[in-house]
Amino acid sequence: MGLEEVKQKKKRKKRGRFVFRVSIIGALLGAVVFTLVSNIQADNTIYRAGDQAPDFKLQQINESNERESVQLSDLEGKGVMLNFWGTWCKPCEREMPYMQELYGKYKDKGIEIVAVSLDSTELVVDRFVDRHNLTFPVPHDTTEEVRDLYKVGPLPSTFFINPEGEIVEYVEGALTLESLEGHLQNILPEA
Amino acid sequence: MKGKKCECGHLNPEGATLCEACGKPLEESQQTDASGKKQLLNMRYDGSARRSQTYNKSIIDKVWNFFSSVKVGVWLIVLTIIASAIGSIFPQEMYIPADAPNRDPAVFYEDRYGIIGLIYFQLGLHNLYSSWWYILLIALIGVSLVIASIDRVVPLYKALKMQKAKRHESFISRQRLFSETEHVSEADLEKIKGHLRKKRYRLREENGHILAEKNRFSRWGPYVNHIGLIIILLAAILRFSDVLYMDEYVWVREGETVVLPGTDREYYIENHDFILETYDEDDERFSEAIAQEGTIPRNFQTNVTIYRDSANAVAGAEAELTPITEDQIRLNEPLKFEDYTLYQSGYQQNEFTSMSFKVHETDDPEEEALANFTIDLTSPDGVYELDNGFRVELGEYYPDYYLDDNGIPASRTDYPRNPAFVLFVYPPGSDTAEVSFLGIGKNIEPTGENEYNVGITDFEMRDASGLTVRVDHTLPFFGAGAAIFMIGVIQGMYWHHRRIWIHPKGNGVLLGAHTNKNWYGVEKDIEQAIDGTSINMVKDQQEKDE
Amino acid sequence: MSLVSISGSLLYTAFILYLIATFFFGATIRDKRTDDKKGRSGKIAIGLTIIGFVAQIGYFITRWIASGHAPVSNLFEFMTFLGMCMVLAFIIIYFIYGLGVLGLFALPIAMVIIAYASMFPTEISPLVPSLQSHWLYIHVTTVSLGQGILAISFVAGLIYLISEIDQTTGSKRTAWLETVIYTIFLFIGFIVITSVFNFMDYQATFEYTEQNATTTTTEYNLPAIAAPNEGTLLTEGVMQPWFEAPAWMQGADAGRKFNTVIWSVLAGSVIYGLVRLVLRKRIGAAIQPLLKNVNPKLVDEINYRSVAIGFPVFTLGGLIFAAIWAQIAWDRFWGWDPKEVWALITWFFYAAYLHLRLSRGWHGEKSAWLAVIGFGIIMFNLIVVNLVLAGLHSYA
Repeated sequence: MGLEEVKQKKKRKKRGRFVFRVSIIGALLGAVVFTLVSNIQADNTIYRAGDQAPDFKLQQINESNERESVQLSDLEGKGVMLNFWGTWCKPCEREMPYMQELYGKYKDKGIEIVAVSLDSTELVVDRFVDRHNLTFPVPHDTTEEVRDLYKVGPLPSTFFINPEGEIVEYVEGALTLESLEGHLQNILPEA
Repeated sequence: MKGKKCECGHLNPEGATLCEACGKPLEESQQTDASGKKQLLNMRYDGSARRSQTYNKSIIDKVWNFFSSVKVGVWLIVLTIIASAIGSIFPQEMYIPADAPNRDPAVFYEDRYGIIGLIYFQLGLHNLYSSWWYILLIALIGVSLVIASIDRVVPLYKALKMQKAKRHESFISRQRLFSETEHVSEADLEKIKGHLRKKRYRLREENGHILAEKNRFSRWGPYVNHIGLIIILLAAILRFSDVLYMDEYVWVREGETVVLPGTDREYYIENHDFILETYDEDDERFSEAIAQEGTIPRNFQTNVTIYRDSANAVAGAEAELTPITEDQIRLNEPLKFEDYTLYQSGYQQNEFTSMSFKVHETDDPEEEALANFTIDLTSPDGVYELDNGFRVELGEYYPDYYLDDNGIPASRTDYPRNPAFVLFVYPPGSDTAEVSFLGIGKNIEPTGENEYNVGITDFEMRDASGLTVRVDHTLPFFGAGAAIFMIGVIQGMYWHHRRIWIHPKGNGVLLGAHTNKNWYGVEKDIEQAIDGTSINMVKDQQEKDE
Repeated sequence: MSLVSISGSLLYTAFILYLIATFFFGATIRDKRTDDKKGRSGKIAIGLTIIGFVAQIGYFITRWIASGHAPVSNLFEFMTFLGMCMVLAFIIIYFIYGLGVLGLFALPIAMVIIAYASMFPTEISPLVPSLQSHWLYIHVTTVSLGQGILAISFVAGLIYLISEIDQTTGSKRTAWLETVIYTIFLFIGFIVITSVFNFMDYQATFEYTEQNATTTTTEYNLPAIAAPNEGTLLTEGVMQPWFEAPAWMQGADAGRKFNTVIWSVLAGSVIYGLVRLVLRKRIGAAIQPLLKNVNPKLVDEINYRSVAIGFPVFTLGGLIFAAIWAQIAWDRFWGWDPKEVWALITWFFYAAYLHLRLSRGWHGEKSAWLAVIGFGIIMFNLIVVNLVLAGLHSYA
């Protein structure tokens, strides 16, 4: 074995070792980064801005609204404000007048407000709707299926869905008149 | 730098401190200490080069060496211990007691533990175990496990595979257990070999040099258990996948059928009955303890039916339910079906389902009922037409009544725990209603002039059961990891690698022995092996030094 | 005689036998001729220990029959069982190494643990639903056995430190060693003071308001030095409290527990002080001459060996079985409950011990200190976590 040959062999060995170490460290780094990123994301809801809003169909119980049921896919082409609420929830109650006010303003511009009620008794919702003179559709999610579908945590929670059926924004907590209007502007169909 | 050639002719890789073949010390440091006194050999990894110590040039090598170090590993463990301990000082967010006045962490910690609690909360220590830095610590331990294991197991394997029966004299004489015997007969040698074989040593001979070895597999124990730990860590990563792991919680009231969350609306559950049993205070065995501690629960149980929705159409559309299993769920006895496991996790007793009322004349001391009606609290009607021409309108219904900050009646939750009603009573033939406010222990008429009064005559209640819904396909991985860990640890701890060298010298022999643990045991082995021979018992040279 | 009282007597018998055996083990170290071979006193000592152990098994079985479940469900039962496991571990190690001096320390420590356990409520209480599982027996017995074996490493470590640390002048090491010994005295202090006032049947009732605004009463069996926060004394003719427990001490009966700690420290310190006064030197220094025949290498080996044997057992019982049971009962195998966290800390600590010993050559004194700290962590998990950081595992 000549000196050259030994040198060559050693060089090959060194390179092999380098490649081995790089791949192991690379794999470990990948796993660590994946874990940390997943851990941060684990706190969020499943549906985020950019996702397609999943379809659902529910009985509509607001007597001031002509719809008998609401199916999300039927509303394609309109911007949809999908709100989850309950009569017992004070912040939900506070944002209702704003929704009603803007419903009148944006209804004819191609925006639908869908306020999914999570109450278990219809009567309570009826009284609430009457008290606040609401006219937008109020689908009734008695089995909390749709709530489960959208992984809604605390109330109120609102999804803003554009005419293509894509979630543009997700808001947890109550909205003010101004912020609500801003969100609605974002999902306005182009004239 | 090049490898070192030993006088026995073997070319050793660089970094080796003992010759791979004959065991002769290669490095100055392995030969003598500062005072020139004979020193015991450092037998860690049999003197082979830990790979990380040989190259230290590129950044990759530096990272590799860093994580390969046991010192770094131990420091990571120490940091993890400290962090874990800090996390147990105050309850983590999920363990904030249910009876705390305010369970909002922003309030709770300061409220209960003062300024230290506030700092604890602000530093995010109330969610320490899911914080990025704690997870990073554990992950770094994982990295260290992988690199340190690779770095050691390969050279150790080579060293043990390459070892020869014939070792250099200085290798034998500088083992911790060593003896020299001037005259040893052939018969004695045969005898000791026999004894060693009987003690299940494997013998190898090379020109009269004998190596007796047993339980070499015990040396792989640490690496096996590290593999187990790595599998456990990988399984933990798998939990982030929605397919393999799902965790949901559902409340079901007695008589109700609801969708099981997380099952894509495929399965529904019906709660037939929730049962809470307590221990009988008259039970002699336990009466003393019950007297001291109060009522002690004996059983939490929910009787359920699971249905599958065969239609499984779009969410909200009518489901077609076919029962698939009927069972009882108890604490410690979860219900399993398909991939799902249901656990008894919580309960809420005594929610109202219906309330019955009667209408009577306000000034009737007998309170004789003129009309009766019952409100079904799961779906109350707006209007009740009663006997004798009475009509009652349900003005407002508060399932969980309280007075809000403005003194206005409101409902705290959706659940009928404390129902209250505003009733408009229309007497026969009248268009003017009398208003009554009714609740548990409340019967108020705002005007005080009502001709008719409404009273509660009866009510029905039911319980709600809280169930955890789980899918966990990662469990087998955790199980496998734990099993491999246990195997490795037992293999490494309960068996001991022992080697005894017999080195002929003149008419006698040198006898040396090494083990990685339990020196006491190997000494006993030698004692029994030399029994009846002229070979001298080994001395513990480490002991002599001190 | 009822089964329960038979059970109690058997435990008492075991305790006395351990006590007598301790004296015989003491005799073995005095007897130089028996240094290598087991002398007569050694045989008597181990014999008594085994009889005591059998008596304690009798206690365990009779109590099991009486209650209908394995007696490992509250702090008294669990700690008593730990003491029993420690004796078992000692017997095993004794038969491997035949070291009598180990008994001289192991048995008293087991006795302190058993006596300490007896200060807690000893009534048989029924199993709450979460404990109604075979895993209770499997998990708890394995953990205790593991901890019992690990405790022997503490005993060996302590012997090593007492015999090897230079006591001619005071140093940081002697101070720390005294601290360890002093801590043992605090337990003795607790036992003595509780027994005294139990014997006198002392009772004082306080009324106080809990966090959730419910008003409860608590019964002190020791005179109140510290009253519960904002508590009022209801009993008449007893000592008035000197001060109130600070407001941040909350949770079940914080005031009473705090008061007990104060008493234990007082009583322990007094006893320790008296012993020092009699000996006129550090207790470590006083014991050292007794251990001059001890072979430090062998003690060090036992220290390590106990960890090597105990670590896998502890891992199996304290982490793996625990996780399996938690998965069945609480739907998750790991939940960062304080007790779980401290089991993990214990495990990490002994893992570090093994790495330091095997890879970094921490033998002898360093190992001994680690063994002492390790046992400290185990006791912390048993006592502080149960009584102060109570989580799901709350026994008391």
